[in-house]
Amino acid sequence: MRRFEQHPRSVYTAFAAGLMDPSRDTPSAVVGPKGKGAAKRYNVYRNNVTVSLIDALTAIYPAVQRITGPDFFRAMARSHVRAAPPTSPLLFDYGRDFPAFVQQYEYARPTPWLADTARVERAWLDAYHAADAPPLSPTALASVAPDRLADLVFTVHPATRVVRSQFAVVTIFAASRAGTPAERIDASAPEDGLITRPEFDVIVQRLPPGGAVFLDGLMSGRTLAEAASAALEDSQNFDLATNIAGLIEVGAFTSLTSGDGK
Amino acid sequence: MDAANRSEGPAIAPLRFSPLIGGFAGTSFKHEHLPAILAEGKQRGFFEVHAENYMGAGGPPHRALEAVRRDHPLSLHGVCMSIGGPQPLDQEHLARFRRLVDRYQPALVSEHLAWSTHGTTYFNDLLPLPYTQATLARACDHIDQMQDVIRRPILLENPSTYVTFRESTMSETDFIRRVAQRTGCGLLLDINNVFVSATNHGFSAAQYLTEFPLSRVGEIHLAGHAWQTDDEDEPLLIDSHDGPVADPVWALFETTIRRCGAIPTLIEWDSKVPDWPILKAEAAAAQAILDRCHSIARRTYGHAAV
Repeated sequence: MRRFEQHPRSVYTAFAAGLMDPSRDTPSAVVGPKGKGAAKRYNVYRNNVTVSLIDALTAIYPAVQRITGPDFFRAMARSHVRAAPPTSPLLFDYGRDFPAFVQQYEYARPTPWLADTARVERAWLDAYHAADAPPLSPTALASVAPDRLADLVFTVHPATRVVRSQFAVVTIFAASRAGTPAERIDASAPEDGLITRPEFDVIVQRLPPGGAVFLDGLMSGRTLAEAASAALEDSQNFDLATNIAGLIEVGAFTSLTSGDGK
Repeated sequence: MDAANRSEGPAIAPLRFSPLIGGFAGTSFKHEHLPAILAEGKQRGFFEVHAENYMGAGGPPHRALEAVRRDHPLSLHGVCMSIGGPQPLDQEHLARFRRLVDRYQPALVSEHLAWSTHGTTYFNDLLPLPYTQATLARACDHIDQMQDVIRRPILLENPSTYVTFRESTMSETDFIRRVAQRTGCGLLLDINNVFVSATNHGFSAAQYLTEFPLSRVGEIHLAGHAWQTDDEDEPLLIDSHDGPVADPVWALFETTIRRCGAIPTLIEWDSKVPDWPILKAEAAAAQAILDRCHSIARRTYGHAAV
């Protein structure tokens, strides 16, 4: 007894070690009352931990679960929970590496769009919890002198995210959230997604050709001209006027400054 | 530092009431109930939320909480400070908790006698601790820290447990009493937890309540539990928060309120959450007991006091 008093951390270590490792014995430090066994009792904690974390992933990735079905999803989530348990008590931050896990998950190979669908869902939740900020006024661009347009630098809204995919992930995501069957979607059509939340509701929409490279450029602080040039390299069909108007309208930015006005 | 904290979120609407919570019954606040709650307007009770769900930077969670907080007292219930654990408290988490207290000015703030983080892993469960001089000293140290950071006393909740530890050297009620004496914290008495633990460990819930320092209780929790069996095929109750309060728990609640007067009482319902009218009816049942005991106390002692 005294040994434990001096090294109480070891009791916690033993208790923690078995929580996500079913091959371990019940920790010897725990007992049931009046000489009763502790195996099923300790298993209550094991079950609480694993099930609650699988539930957390289910809450973050509902579209992925709809595609795979609950049994497949829970088996996949269980593997991930055991391999990469949370390191923060904020569960809405958990599962950032789940899309990468899904991508290399052996049994998910027949549905290669699953990982990018997860990336859209992760971006959706990040946009949901992002800091609030009023979006840039739709008329802000009109007050900029034409010769200053090329040097404009945009501040992107804290909720704005881009997900690029070789698959139709925006269509798949939207069908899942709307509860419509996804069987007839041609998953092989590449789509880039914009995720943001100017006010209360998270918006997920497809970006036009070159739009993802354009927005990525603006997000990394490049000027309008630099970002547009990169977008044109990415896609000959890139249309600057449509893209900038669409991004401002959806609320992807909070402010703009003239690039040389440092 | 303070200016930086303030700039993190938008200015919130002024709080409209004096945060007195009295002998009211409240419920867990679930976002799916927000439209029904707002449609009913200001109500008598209070709402409790898990602090961690509101530690994001912005978005709908804060708007929902602001909306209910504008007209109702709020109870901020932490579920993962890991007060009962062996390692130092997470300073970032403490700072987040303080910002939340500053922003929402809750009527009640509580945490658990439990641990949930070990090393770098967060287990998302309220795990039990041995009751020894060493764990007592550490729990007190953690509560002192938390109270220093948030600049107000907390209510510490008694746990529901499924195992005990060989090296425990004192009873849970002794442990809790000493924590309260040393740290000045108040207590959150979860009567369902008492009933669950009493069943699981074969002690008398009524006896536990006579040993519990009731004078320090600032809030009561009531919740539903589920039935399983232990290794000997005897009942093992699970603190599941997924159904109505069980009859024996109501009985223990009434006995407790008769003994110590009306105390803010929460119906905790965290999974398989029912429609608002069902949750509200459960709170009304608790309110009826609070009111009945209050009027009995007034009849018995009211005139003598005047």
